[in-house]
Amino acid sequence: MNLRSPLGKARGLGTAKSGTNHWWVQRLTAIGLIPLSIWFIIEILLAVGNDYNEAKEFISQPFTAILLILFIVLTFHHAQLGLQVVVEDYVKRKSFEIGLLIVIKGAAILLSLTALFAVLSIAFGGA
Amino acid sequence: MRTENRPLSPHLQIYKPQLTSVLSIMHRLTGIGLAVGTLILVWWLFSIALGPQYYNDFHWFISSIVGRLFLFAWTFSFTFHLANGIRHLCWDAGWGLDISKAYKTGWLTLIVSVVLTFVIWIVGYYLIGGI
Repeated sequence: MNLRSPLGKARGLGTAKSGTNHWWVQRLTAIGLIPLSIWFIIEILLAVGNDYNEAKEFISQPFTAILLILFIVLTFHHAQLGLQVVVEDYVKRKSFEIGLLIVIKGAAILLSLTALFAVLSIAFGGA
Repeated sequence: MRTENRPLSPHLQIYKPQLTSVLSIMHRLTGIGLAVGTLILVWWLFSIALGPQYYNDFHWFISSIVGRLFLFAWTFSFTFHLANGIRHLCWDAGWGLDISKAYKTGWLTLIVSVVLTFVIWIVGYYLIGGI
């Protein structure tokens, strides 16, 4: 017996209404983060012990700034997708679950914007 | 709809810990740890944007014993989550799902992440002339 409507079948999004999008984007960001995070570790190692001017100069190089921006976007997107699954799995009360998800997603937006603003303002020579 | 006879996920308190389950839990814990660790990344970048005195505060914290311990835990979380993440991606592609391969890649993940953590720290200390 099949209770699914032809339209629902054609859309292929299932009961979650978003199909496999969450799962898929988590994998795509993971794959992107493999080379980016290895690059990030190497860059950080080279920047260890930098004084203020060295650190500023280091981030304002165009190549470094662009990859840092990409790294920040993928990191926070991947992190909030992952934390979402953990909360959905372990938090029993629906009201706590929704509240925590709002806090996590809000924090991810706020922190990533702060980091992006910082990189751009350093790169454009502000502050 | 009947819901009482549905299969349950394994009860962590009753199951004997196995390498596969321990690594799975560690993947989540290190993921949470890395998410918390982004606060340090944001602090580092924002302190540089704000000016030298704020960067000096950051530098003071990250060079302290607490800061170094935090960074060390972060480094292991990173190498583990990276190695185990690659293991997960292989599973997603359908490779390595049988028991013996799951255990072999599990041990490999642990060894690689511990070795990489120490390599990163040794290189780090070498670069600042600490060794």
